[in-house]
Amino acid sequence: MIEAKHIYKSFDDKEVLHDISTVFEDGKTNLIIGQSGAGKTVLMRTLVGLLTPTKGDVLYDGRNFYGMSKKEQIMMRREMGMIFQGAALFDSLTVLENVRFPLDMFSNMTYRERNTRAMECLERVNLKGAESKYPGEISGGMQKRVAIARAVVMNPKYLFCDEPNSGLDPKTSLVIDDLLSGITKEYNTTTIINTHDMNSVMGIGENIIFIADGRKEWQGNKDTVISSHNKKLNDLVFASDLFKKVKEVELEGERKE
Amino acid sequence: MLIFKWLTTFGKYLQLMGRTFSRPERMRMFGKKYIKEMSQLGVDSIGIVLLISFFIGAVICIQIKLNIQSPWMPHWVSGYVTREIMLLEFSSSIMCLILSGKVGSNIASELGTMRVTQQIDALEIMGVNSASYLILPKIAGLMTIMPFLVIFSSATGILGAYATSFLAHIISVEDLTAGIQHDFNPWFMYMSIIKSLFFAFIIASVSSFMGYTVKGGSVEVGKASTDAVVCSSVLILFSDVFLTQLLS
Repeated sequence: MIEAKHIYKSFDDKEVLHDISTVFEDGKTNLIIGQSGAGKTVLMRTLVGLLTPTKGDVLYDGRNFYGMSKKEQIMMRREMGMIFQGAALFDSLTVLENVRFPLDMFSNMTYRERNTRAMECLERVNLKGAESKYPGEISGGMQKRVAIARAVVMNPKYLFCDEPNSGLDPKTSLVIDDLLSGITKEYNTTTIINTHDMNSVMGIGENIIFIADGRKEWQGNKDTVISSHNKKLNDLVFASDLFKKVKEVELEGERKE
Repeated sequence: MLIFKWLTTFGKYLQLMGRTFSRPERMRMFGKKYIKEMSQLGVDSIGIVLLISFFIGAVICIQIKLNIQSPWMPHWVSGYVTREIMLLEFSSSIMCLILSGKVGSNIASELGTMRVTQQIDALEIMGVNSASYLILPKIAGLMTIMPFLVIFSSATGILGAYATSFLAHIISVEDLTAGIQHDFNPWFMYMSIIKSLFFAFIIASVSSFMGYTVKGGSVEVGKASTDAVVCSSVLILFSDVFLTQLLS
């Protein structure tokens, strides 16, 4: 479980996050949603320690990340996996070497064991056969899947995903969502996903935090989002005609019941 | 204000070097990167070093013979001057200035691209000291290979001078050999190598700093690459003055 307590973050005089407090639960896909520029990425980077909050604490299973020494923070980070918006694969390494990298750095496994574990993860994301390719030789969707495999290779307790579906077609986005949801259940990770993909919200949103202008506006799940009366949330989630119709049908169904 | 900016930048550079010179997390990974960097930064530069040194050696010999040498000077003076210029300045300082263009921009653009594509953030999230993992092998690799480049450069420069003798018959082989062997001071060779070690450190560390601290996108990576070359070149020139004074 990850707990954010009264997080504030400013850049010079501009306040980007204002008093964000929330809990991200174990074994659930926790979604942070909001418009572009709302502060989602800043919140995620603050949670993982890539940015230091101006005020506030982040607790990992009760352990205050910003109260730790540098060494403790580094050890803590080894329990985290992160998937970046652009995948952030190492260009000079093959797909297999990318996935094996955390094991090469931190595990005491033999070369054969490391290779086997990396191949297992590649199989889990349906990428068997692509292990000798370089990141530049595979598609964006495949790169994201390699990034997922690399993020889970060390069995992390906490998984962070910054807009994993950006730039992907709807079908591939569904594959990525299913993978993330499956991995969360399989390894009981605390998964936090930044997204403004409404298909993900309706599909895997077990705990949704809506942020607008750096403030937490709403918290719920994919079932309660339909009946929410928060105008900002409705403007974002039901911006398209298709989702408006879905909401109308769902609400009508609820009324009839 | 400008001095404040320079001091701030220098402070950040020192902080980065502090993080860089820490014990590598995995010696096995460091060893791999170290060998790769020696190959990429040093071995891949051998061609350009040999090419430039050969022609500069030849040109110095021709210039001295045709424009400086007079009947009042001994015949061996062209060979002597060629050797001294190659050993004292060209093979260390000028060659490092040239390499700062090739190697410096390579390092800055590589690290800058890694920064803007979040590869460095990915390393940090894994708990890897990205500065030590990425920069230390570059500094160590370039400092290891640079003395060899200096030796190759000096030797090839002298070969270039011999080429003018054999091919263009501008100077006789005997006169050239006499000049090259005249009053040879081995310390000049060591001085050249010592200077090149400092220059290698400047090129690798300054270019790494420029690339590692990039903020923005591809335009900033290009700017960092240019800044890396300019900064390393200026620092090489300044330090050359002090080192020459110190070591002579």
